[in-house]
Amino acid sequence: MKILVPIKRVVDFNIKVRVKPDGSGVDLDNVKMAINPFDEIAMEEAVRFKENGKATEVVAVSCGSALCQETLRTALALGADRAILVESSEELQPLAVAKLLKALVDQEQPDLVILGKQAIDDDCNQTGQMLAALLDRPQGTYASKIDFEDQHVVVTREVDGGLETVRLALPAIVTADLRLNEPRYVTLPNIMKAKKKPLEVKSPAELQVDVSPRLQTLKVSEPPVRAAGVKVPDVATLVAKLKHEAKVI
Amino acid sequence: MTALIVAEHDNTHLNALTLNAVTAATRCSEEVHVLVIGHGASQPAEQAAKLQGVSKVLLADAPHFADQLAENAAAQVLAVAGSYSHILFAATATGKSVAPRVAAWLDVAQVSEITAVVAADTFERPIYAGNAVATVKSLDSIKVLTVRSTSFAACQAEGGNATVEAVSAVADSGLSQFVSREISKSDRPELAAAKIIVSGGRALGSADKFQATLLPLAEQLGAALGASRAAVDSGYAPNDLQVGQTGKIVAPDLYVACGISGAIQHLAGMKDSKIIVAINKDPDAPIFSVADYGLEADLFTAIPELLKALQQ
Repeated sequence: MKILVPIKRVVDFNIKVRVKPDGSGVDLDNVKMAINPFDEIAMEEAVRFKENGKATEVVAVSCGSALCQETLRTALALGADRAILVESSEELQPLAVAKLLKALVDQEQPDLVILGKQAIDDDCNQTGQMLAALLDRPQGTYASKIDFEDQHVVVTREVDGGLETVRLALPAIVTADLRLNEPRYVTLPNIMKAKKKPLEVKSPAELQVDVSPRLQTLKVSEPPVRAAGVKVPDVATLVAKLKHEAKVI
Repeated sequence: MTALIVAEHDNTHLNALTLNAVTAATRCSEEVHVLVIGHGASQPAEQAAKLQGVSKVLLADAPHFADQLAENAAAQVLAVAGSYSHILFAATATGKSVAPRVAAWLDVAQVSEITAVVAADTFERPIYAGNAVATVKSLDSIKVLTVRSTSFAACQAEGGNATVEAVSAVADSGLSQFVSREISKSDRPELAAAKIIVSGGRALGSADKFQATLLPLAEQLGAALGASRAAVDSGYAPNDLQVGQTGKIVAPDLYVACGISGAIQHLAGMKDSKIIVAINKDPDAPIFSVADYGLEADLFTAIPELLKALQQ
């Protein structure tokens, strides 16, 4: 079984981004970048399937600038066998990425695609579902558990209020939630090994995909700031304030 | 221009979050229709017909819609999508699963978790875990949107008089099957719709202490229980209680944060609450920077004291 894992290069989750004063976006100059945390979980899951003999090959894919090669090397160090970069200097929105991934799925014919449920930069939560639609294949979003059962994948999903389990015909698309697994740390020997693994570069034109943006960002602004209130000295004051000032209890 | 809202329901009740989506839809278009996809779902369809501002309800009823699998639901939306300018979903697990599927088939962008309608084609949405707000304009003819319910008031549940029209159901895709569902049963109000939330963090120390300390307070206040990601990761509270960017986005009248430090991730999920109370023994905890009332105290003494004061 072959597993394809799309990953995105994003601002490291520890960084608090700043909005540019001219409102054109957030400041990404000299900011630490990393593999999107949900995609890292997806990669870990795929590598575990390879280690326990359920998968034979894990292919990492990224769409974006040449700098994504660095992110793909991290994926290779985590255990992917090879990588593909679809290089583009344009802003790639979820629909464009889904179309690029569809073109790669048509070429690679994986049995399963696992990717993060959302990227922590644009917070869209769309790409996996869009890819599933374009391929006309089933989807298991927000996975906290993935099992295989004769030509099907059984996915436990985190839904509002609890868990839901669905059984999907393969090939299928699964999006990883936070609690699917805890990704391993990348070790130095694996970083060295990753440098020798194959990394192929393609272009949207080669894949015959139009990646023009469909959404135009007019401006990016700071969220409204919530002013800090007061500190109360004791419980009695707190209760009095809630009853008489805020009138919420 | 007519907007279509895909209703959130459980085949017997219309989910309250649909009412917030109706308000967002009325800001996009003058005419608003609701699509109910389900099995034996005439009750939610009738409830939708009473909503103020809704002029027509479409009901697609078939056995293979019982569990609202994304594959079948998206195909049904697509079947009626034709003449609509906007297709809206509440930004729930179901809505967020189906909306991108519909958008991709229509070959249009989807705009996620809108928090304001600036114009019929322009919307505000949070990015970077709520640390920035983007104003985006859709260049497509059909706008597919998910609506962050805490940013829009609910429409009136009564007063409307829409017609309910049955539409023919699309065939079962056969691609996916529903296996099981474990929904946590609780006497507490639903987190996303609660007026008061009592939420606990890592400082609670264990699952037993989480329950023993917070539950009596929640019961006294008629509140829902919530938790920070740290508390959930430590196993003190189940996943579905998580409030934050990757959990639930809430905006109750009163949010009581107990032993929660206030990571950006958590603040993104609750900072629109009307009144925030923080109880924390660390005077420098970031939660105090958003709290209306901060109490610097050990929660294991402050919460029982608070409970006693409320019972009087």
